Amino acid sequence: MTHAPELGYALTVAALALAVYGCSVSAVGAASGRLALRRSSERAAIGVFVLTTCCILLLVYAFLTFDFSIRYVASNTNRGTPFYYRITALWGALEGSIILWAWMLSVYTLIVVAQYRRRQPEFYPWVLAVMLGIAAFFFLVMTIPAPPFARLTPIPPDGRGLNPLLEDSGMITHPVALYLGFTGFTVPFAFAMAALISGRTGDEWITITRRWTIIAWYFLSLGLLIGGWWSYHVLGWGGYWAWDPVENAAFMPWLTATALLHSVMIQERRRMLKLWNLTLIILTFGLTLFGTFLTRSGIIGSVHAFSQGSVGQFFLAFLALVLLGSFSLLAWRFDRLRGQTQLDSAVSRESAFLLNNVLLLAATFTVFFGTVFPLLSEAVRGVKVSVGAPFFNLVNIPVFLALLFLMGVGPLIAWRRASADNLRRNFLKPVIVGIVAAGVLRLLGIGNALVLLCMALVAFVTVTIALDFFRAVRARRRTAPGWLSAAGGLLLNQNRRYGGFVVHLGILVVALGVAGSQAWSVQTETTLEPGQSVELAGYRVRFDRLAASEESNHFKVTGTFTVANGRDSLAVLAPAKKFYPQEQTPIAYVDYRLGLIEDLYVVLGDFARDGSHATIKVQVNRMVSWLWIGGLILTLGAALAILPDRRRPA
Amino acid sequence: MIPPGCARALATAGLLGLLVCAVAAAPVDENTVRAIGADLRCVVCQSLSVADSPSETANQMRGIIRERLAAGDTPEQVKAYFVDKYGLWILLAPPRQGFNLLVWIVPFAGLAAGLVVLALLVRRWTRRPAGGATAPGVAVDEAMRARIHREMNEMNR
Amino acid sequence: MSFPRHAGRWLIPLAVLPVLILLAYGFRTNPRDVPSPLIGKPAAPFSLRAFDGESLSLEALRGRVVVVNFWASWCVPSCYEEAPALERGWLAYKDRGVALIGVNIQDKEEPAKKFLAEFGHTFPNAPDPAGRVSVDYGVYGVPETFFIDRAGRIRFKHVGAITDEVLKRNVDALLAEPA
Repeated sequence: MTHAPELGYALTVAALALAVYGCSVSAVGAASGRLALRRSSERAAIGVFVLTTCCILLLVYAFLTFDFSIRYVASNTNRGTPFYYRITALWGALEGSIILWAWMLSVYTLIVVAQYRRRQPEFYPWVLAVMLGIAAFFFLVMTIPAPPFARLTPIPPDGRGLNPLLEDSGMITHPVALYLGFTGFTVPFAFAMAALISGRTGDEWITITRRWTIIAWYFLSLGLLIGGWWSYHVLGWGGYWAWDPVENAAFMPWLTATALLHSVMIQERRRMLKLWNLTLIILTFGLTLFGTFLTRSGIIGSVHAFSQGSVGQFFLAFLALVLLGSFSLLAWRFDRLRGQTQLDSAVSRESAFLLNNVLLLAATFTVFFGTVFPLLSEAVRGVKVSVGAPFFNLVNIPVFLALLFLMGVGPLIAWRRASADNLRRNFLKPVIVGIVAAGVLRLLGIGNALVLLCMALVAFVTVTIALDFFRAVRARRRTAPGWLSAAGGLLLNQNRRYGGFVVHLGILVVALGVAGSQAWSVQTETTLEPGQSVELAGYRVRFDRLAASEESNHFKVTGTFTVANGRDSLAVLAPAKKFYPQEQTPIAYVDYRLGLIEDLYVVLGDFARDGSHATIKVQVNRMVSWLWIGGLILTLGAALAILPDRRRPA
Repeated sequence: MIPPGCARALATAGLLGLLVCAVAAAPVDENTVRAIGADLRCVVCQSLSVADSPSETANQMRGIIRERLAAGDTPEQVKAYFVDKYGLWILLAPPRQGFNLLVWIVPFAGLAAGLVVLALLVRRWTRRPAGGATAPGVAVDEAMRARIHREMNEMNR
Repeated sequence: MSFPRHAGRWLIPLAVLPVLILLAYGFRTNPRDVPSPLIGKPAAPFSLRAFDGESLSLEALRGRVVVVNFWASWCVPSCYEEAPALERGWLAYKDRGVALIGVNIQDKEEPAKKFLAEFGHTFPNAPDPAGRVSVDYGVYGVPETFFIDRAGRIRFKHVGAITDEVLKRNVDALLAEPA
């Protein structure tokens, strides 16, 4: 008879108490300037980290030792669950996701303590207060509506088991990356609040938190892409994004964070837009909370929804507190924030970035409005409607194409005032190449106007980047021994700029992947007997046989299919159907052959017990791999951008 | 993370297969079936279309789409049939009429409003006289001008 | 900026309120609970072959109160919970001008027959192989139960496991109406 549930609960309550204490003490210390209080709150932050880590370790230990006296363990694993999934089951459901979030927050708080206690004495106590306050909320959720250590009586002999769709590498990494992104925005938000509360509404909060914002943005991008990869290779519909409400909820903070990343550059250079940047970070953080609210409240149906109980109400209350509180602070400090905004010209980098912001915010608003419209319709007219892909695609595609164009214009157009000479020098060749590319592709048979436009824009942006890089390297060659060292030196010395370029390249690759896969993928569905084949896009898929096997926690039927391209046999694919005792219907697992340009994708449908026939869906999805490659490029770009500055002092 | 019902249905790629070659009567264009399916919401999975969803329900609905097209219905009539049976929410995007027109108009209106506000702000901000050394007409000596030029080039990279 | 020095800026936090209110309203709704547009409309005719070979047609049942229940053997636990209530209801009303038909959807014959044997259903049950009937009735999950009056119009729809009380209440209401 273990006492893990009670011990875990005690740890949770202790963490809550400590976080509340640390938050109040830090705030009082900041307001009154008493150093001793500051030290006390630091110790509280360390204590919170220790307690949360103990909670996690306790829960993982419970998973590993099959401690079914804890309801969460019993609901998410059983004796057949493989070892590594027993660990990752930690974040497989609602309660665990909260504890993961709280733990990441405590880690970030610790880092903030370590990094800034000496360096930013004015901001730091308020930052700590805000972060501990937010952590306290999550501990509150862990204590009342969603306790991870709730006891289950009587103790069942075996657990229910993990949702089979979660037994996958994508689901191991997707929540972690996503949460690192979401929680990462807490730090810039806390600094922004500290700036507002303390009245130091200058540009410091932005400079200090620049790297945090980039890192959080990166993890959010990664989380979204991994989610797409998981959807693509597990769910069996051959797609990677469905405009599901929860996908949208993760996408919105990404859009506002992207806007923030760009407009802070204006504030750093020109000391303008302070009010706007503060608004953006509040929106971004608010949207991350909105996302978790949406997943857990059940108010909008979704593939992702965990929901149950009163968790949703807690999150809505907290969201209200955060938004009303932070915007009120903003209104209070309004006078200090009004800048002497002046632009030299409407044709300038500042304008390009401002336009970028308007477009990104328009996209955010579109996604938000579409996501809550069903609720609005029901509230106003009592009629349920659905808002899905046709709407989001229609409205967002023009905005994203315009953003692609800006990606080429922004980095090269001059600050302040772009002369005709500057414009011609930087953009004439890329524009020409873009138009020519469109023409060539049209001749090659691509008729879809949107795809042509997308490709032309991608060509345009690529040439702007290449041209700039080439010119810069050539200029640097005068003082460097060789091309390679010139290029390397350039990248390292101006890592922010070129990191940004590489990130843009990554986005371009993703854009190509999206355009190609939407326009050129094909599929078919058919029933085959052993030996029969189906043909699609030059591939012949032949049904060989069916085989049944017993695995640790499920029963599996695998179909074997040989794929040939003309004469040569290319691959043998083995899509399967897994029957889990705790699930009502079998789960289909696709098998695929990935390629640079096209993926062959086979899903096993119905089959006869004796193997005399099987129904399969075959898809040839084009350009999907470019999405994942784009993600890798994005990683390199982000890594480059956050390197420490090596620029020699001006 | 995923409620059992939907995820299972989502990943179940058809308990009963559909023999494409067994459809009799008028030849039905699969692209039309897909196009109609793309506008209908799969009822067991909240955000996928009937065309995309691998669930059994979507499978059956595609079969019914094929049947009705083969019997001579137009795509609009097929969609109207589903709306009769399930209500407006079966459509993946609301029809462009009445209250639902809002969802189609508001985003574009928002974008337009944003652009207008931006244009106005830019106009106001560029009209403000620029204070300081960059004001035109201030005499700047040649060496200083050359140095400014050089340093600005350096900055603008 | 031409924002008034004092009052106007408080619009910023106030602007958030309508959104929060809308989200709070969301707690009162259930996204899975969709009202059926078929209430009050004539029920779509169907003709099915029961598991025991008998022919079932809605037309033939005109003049009786008809209860149509959609179920599946994989629908755990709801279909299993309501099965005894359905059989009890059938036994109570079958001689009073009420017909009860079970429609088995998206299922295989073996598990469906096993289900029927387990509960000893004596009312007719038929499979709906291509889903035509389930789509005709706007079924989006199981179990769902439809109550059709003597004139052949759908009057009530019950989503989820049905209970003795709901069954009794709806059937009594329809029986009380003049033919």
